[in-house]
Amino acid sequence: MELSHIAKDLNLKIKCGEELLGRDVSGGYVGDLLSDVMANSKEGNLWITRQTHQNIVAVASLKDLAGIVLVQGKEPDVDALEKASKEGIPILVTELSSFDVAGKLYTLLS
Amino acid sequence: MSFNYEQSFTIQGGNFTDAGVVSVFIKRTLQKMGIPSEILRRVAIATYESEINIISYARIGIIYIRVTPENIIINIDDEGPGIENIELAMRAGYSTADEKIREMGFGAGMGIPNIINCSDDFKLTSEVSKGTHLRILININTN
Repeated sequence: MELSHIAKDLNLKIKCGEELLGRDVSGGYVGDLLSDVMANSKEGNLWITRQTHQNIVAVASLKDLAGIVLVQGKEPDVDALEKASKEGIPILVTELSSFDVAGKLYTLLS
Repeated sequence: MSFNYEQSFTIQGGNFTDAGVVSVFIKRTLQKMGIPSEILRRVAIATYESEINIISYARIGIIYIRVTPENIIINIDDEGPGIENIELAMRAGYSTADEKIREMGFGAGMGIPNIINCSDDFKLTSEVSKGTHLRILININTN
């Protein structure tokens, strides 16, 4: 499913990478431990996290993730946003919790 | 297909700003060479975790990568505190990371186990208060 469709359905706010929302989302992964996400996320996953610092961009880039959703009203750090724009990683934000985003995404993709 | 490439990268300890830059560069370089995606995934994890280890613990480190038609060899040498108990360091969940590192989502004791899982051969040696050496071998299966 296209990331744009998910963003619309879950009412996610786009912080960067608007031009990349045509990407196909294969599934989701929830994690705040970067090594866990490195080890277990899959290509095309939408990564749901509360980490907002710039190191999330390299992880998403290395694992070819479709994008990053920051939960519970978290905003990306300025340098994270800069890096994500440069690397072509969409960052979206929501007031929802990880549980709620994962649940809605799972329903949407099933 | 014939792969031939080698390069060294210097990583500064404590520099979380550039964490992942070398791994991303290596991944893109190998991708352009036509290395299969499953191999790319393993190299990306191994180099990323090595990079994070140097940044988290060492003063300075060098990542050397060599790609041949048969395999990929990654050597990591750092100058730093070294590892007192290698057996413990290789155990999943064990970490000596401080609070600052953990807050960023690192230091969960998964780094070295992740590297081992991605390696066909793995060697870790260390000298306390001198540094740590890692040798990672990943076979390329092109048939």
